[in-house]
Amino acid sequence: MTTAAGFDVAAIRKDFPILHQTVHGHPLVYLDNAASSQKPKQVIDAISRFYSSDYSNIHRGVHQLSERSTRHYEETRIKLQRFLNASDAREIIFVRGTTEAINLVAQTWGRTNLKPGDNIVITELEHHSNIVPWQMLCESTGAKLEVAPIDDTGELRMAEFERRLNARTKLVAVAHISNVLGTVLPIKEIAELAHSASARLLVDGAQAAPHMPVDVRHLDCDFYAFSSHKIFGPTGIGVLYGKAALLDAMPPYQGGGDMIQSVTFDKTTYNTLPYKFEAGTPDIAGVIGLGAAIDYVNELGINTIASYESELLTYASRALEQEPCIRIIGTAKHKAAVISFVVDGVHPHDVGTILDHQGIAVRTGHHCAQPLMERFGVPATTRASLAFYNTREEIDALIAGLRTVKELFA
Amino acid sequence: MIDDLYQEVILDHGKRPRNFGPMENPTLHAEGFNPLCGDRLTLELKLDGNIVKDARFKGAGCAISVASASLMTETLKGKTREEAEKLFEKFHQMLTTDAAPGDLGKLTVFSGVKEFPARVKCATLAWHTLRAALHNANEKVSTE
Repeated sequence: MTTAAGFDVAAIRKDFPILHQTVHGHPLVYLDNAASSQKPKQVIDAISRFYSSDYSNIHRGVHQLSERSTRHYEETRIKLQRFLNASDAREIIFVRGTTEAINLVAQTWGRTNLKPGDNIVITELEHHSNIVPWQMLCESTGAKLEVAPIDDTGELRMAEFERRLNARTKLVAVAHISNVLGTVLPIKEIAELAHSASARLLVDGAQAAPHMPVDVRHLDCDFYAFSSHKIFGPTGIGVLYGKAALLDAMPPYQGGGDMIQSVTFDKTTYNTLPYKFEAGTPDIAGVIGLGAAIDYVNELGINTIASYESELLTYASRALEQEPCIRIIGTAKHKAAVISFVVDGVHPHDVGTILDHQGIAVRTGHHCAQPLMERFGVPATTRASLAFYNTREEIDALIAGLRTVKELFA
Repeated sequence: MIDDLYQEVILDHGKRPRNFGPMENPTLHAEGFNPLCGDRLTLELKLDGNIVKDARFKGAGCAISVASASLMTETLKGKTREEAEKLFEKFHQMLTTDAAPGDLGKLTVFSGVKEFPARVKCATLAWHTLRAALHNANEKVSTE
């Protein structure tokens, strides 16, 4: 079995019930972790246990169940604070996911702070969810969207990025890790540059939080967003981190219950952080499940996960490079375990269907990053994205699967 | 089975599409787009009265969508508008219902696509584009 020092993959795989099945008569090989990752039984059981014994609405009742639910919910907020090394649990806002976190910042901080002639700087490798909310904001405020280019390996061209920063730059919004190329962006350096231009920095951490340590104070980002479902937790929940002073000054996102201090028909005063941004009954069980996922990741150790996945990435990249007719797209020096590639003469959808028939789940298409596809001159790619429960044997299965593709299309 | 999808005829037309490339002075044309995968297709038709004299297409896509466009353009030549419409209906039925496929000739090679729901849109893109060309000339059509 493939193991990094002290990393027992066979034992870890037992925690993931879904992995133990066959698809089209072959053992499932799940290599679509960048789209969404699978859930350990610890997460599934935590949600089931919560609904079976503790569930009630939070922040409302004086009764026992409401107190228990509220305690579990708020304890999870503290877990997230520690996970990101935020200075205060009030800086952790529960949202539906990365997309909602980015829209929240665009619609509240953005509408308050952007004026005609201001600009927002993003990069060429962004996911649509870190492009479209800013385009919408620019449309409503008269601000301009500037795009910093990447080079052929998929790295951000820092000089070009810096050139786009000026006195009218109010915000820099970048991915921590590209969901297509796997490029890890130098966030700390980007933060320094953004701040020296007096701009704020939002980081889309959807691909990073599950795979590498994230320390928001060390990175010195102003906002950081990620989704539970990619970090082995349930769908429908995610986290927005924001520096308290910024969040405090922002208007609420949505109005409703829980986000108010008092309501009269003349005037409503808003609740304090973080509740100001959590209108209505939240996805309580989602938060509980996310908490269990964070516990699980902490138990394995995020550094251990990162080094195991890095070994697996090297193994997979080498194996793919040796295959004729396969070209990897995204060869940055600092890369996470996401591999996009094209097979000469075969469209990614055909690759995906043929791999699926051998039990191998990969993503094919534009990966919600159409401008990036255009940058590399391809309509789509095939993407294998790894997690700590993947093995070298599964990479071997992928390679064998790709050989079948080439035979069929020879 | 994967071979039901990728039959020889489909692989052949996917690799060496017939009637591929631009046409001079088309009577009708339309663009098809599958936003899920980014596949694009332009269909051009030359009509003589009510009869399709020539049909050609351009674009990029997977083997299924290219083969479908290729075989469709071959089939269309010599057909009337009404016959072309009927073919669309039959083809669509074959891929989306359990009804026995009507008389579709060599187009029946696509019957296996029905077992691959994620790929039905690949096979029907060319046909939706055809319908757009016949109905609302020069309009862009999307499979979504």
